[in-house]
This record gives sequence, structure tokens and C-alpha cells, in this order.
Amino acid sequence: MVYLTRKCEFSASHYYHNPDFTEEENRRVFGKCANLNGHGHNYTLEVTVKGDVDPKTGFVVDLKELKEILNREVIDALDHRHLNKEVPEFATHIPTTENLAIAIWNRLEGRLNIARLHRVRVYELPDLFVDFYGEA
Amino acid sequence: MKVHLTRRYIFSASHRLHCDQLTDAQNQAVYGKCNNPHGHGHNYALEVTVSGQVEPSTGMICDLVDLDEAVHREVLDRFDHVNLNVVPEFEVTVPTTENLSAIIFQILQRNFSSAHLEKVRLEETAMNSFEYSN
Repeated sequence: MVYLTRKCEFSASHYYHNPDFTEEENRRVFGKCANLNGHGHNYTLEVTVKGDVDPKTGFVVDLKELKEILNREVIDALDHRHLNKEVPEFATHIPTTENLAIAIWNRLEGRLNIARLHRVRVYELPDLFVDFYGEA
Repeated sequence: MKVHLTRRYIFSASHRLHCDQLTDAQNQAVYGKCNNPHGHGHNYALEVTVSGQVEPSTGMICDLVDLDEAVHREVLDRFDHVNLNVVPEFEVTVPTTENLSAIIFQILQRNFSSAHLEKVRLEETAMNSFEYSN
């Protein structure tokens, strides 16, 4: 079993707001992230896949194919977008880095032909990142 | 959905690796330049990983402000800009980064309960790091 990690970047804006909270609660829970004018980040995404090495190619996954899937399913949908307003998952979920990692996992799971998805890591900042392993 | 969240912090401290049970020659042999008598320092990078279920109303596993406050109060205020050899935690323990990572884990386990503490990872330099978990 070999693990392979591919890294990419996207930039997006968001804000945190729960319509069931009062404005005061939103400000208390989410702090400056509750500003409805939004703010943005340069996110770094690391996608780790795992599988056996194909003896014919020496690959665990076709990197070109992985890159195409990442671009199509994730980057095209998220890069230079407003997560709250343009990404369907966040019509009902708050676009925290936790929920972003889960959303990216769900976009990728089942779309990799050979290798299996192992981990999605999303850096919101160099000093803050979230890992999701598909655990319930 | 169980998610892991990691936050990174920087602190600077000095130390000298020296074991009283060893002779001076043995200390020199075991610890090399880390045994030099007046100590030396590092910029440590600490990564704290916590895990938990995402709370639907907030989208978060814990309040980051709570985590930051606990790490600042319990770890950074204790170890930043100090000589590790003179803090109580290292009165009888050699302040290697192995021991420091274990002590930081235990301190946080006692003082942070908003999410499950998974792991601490401590970089002593860009070239070496240590991880401690239960």
C-alpha cells in the first residue's frame, strides 16, 4: 500500500452566519468571521490517495487523471468563488474549514478509478488546517 | 462526521541537555553540543491536533478562540522565552523535545476539554520534529 498526496491551491471568500442565531449570537460565536460582507483566504488543499502500485506502470494513480478530477470537481467549483453564495453545499452548511474538508471529500469520493481516497487536508492559513478521513 | 483540526503556534526557549546520573564525559558523548554548559535555544513550532464531530449549528468542532486561549495560557505563557531547564516541569526531566512534546500533551489534556486532544507535534528545527499522542 502506497500513499500519494497531491497539493493544489484555491482562493475563495466566505462568511459565517447561522440564520437561527440572533445577530448578537452570530457575532459572539463567529467573531469577525460573521461580517456579512465576507472575507477571503488562499486555501491549500492536499488530497491523499492510497492503493497498491500497479506493476505495469509503477503508479498508484495516474497523476494526470487525478489532477483533472481535482480541477473539475474541486478547483473549478471553488476557486475565485464566494462559498456561501456560489457553492451548493454551503446553502445549508456554514462554510467553515471543517465543512469545506467534508464537502471536498464528498466531491472526490467514488470518482477515483484506481486509488482510494485516504485524507483531505485543507489549510485555511499556514497555521490552521483540517483533516477529514471520511469517518462517521 | 469526525474531523481533525490542527493549529500551529511558535515559541522560543533555551535548554541544555544534561543528565545528572551520567558523568560529564558520558553527557558529552550522549548529547554532544546540546550538552554545552551555557545552553542554546530554538524557535519551536507546536502543532496541536484536536478532533470531534462538526456541530451543525456552527460548522465547527470547537471554538478556536478556546483552543488558542488554552494553548496561550497553559503552554506559551509557560514555555515561551524561558530557559526550559529552570521550569518546574524539567526539575528532574531532561528537556529534550521528546519530553517537551509529552509534557505539553499532558498539560493540554488536563486543561482543554472542548474537543478531543489527538496529538501534539513539536518541531525543534525545520529538520526534526516529534509527535506525542495517547
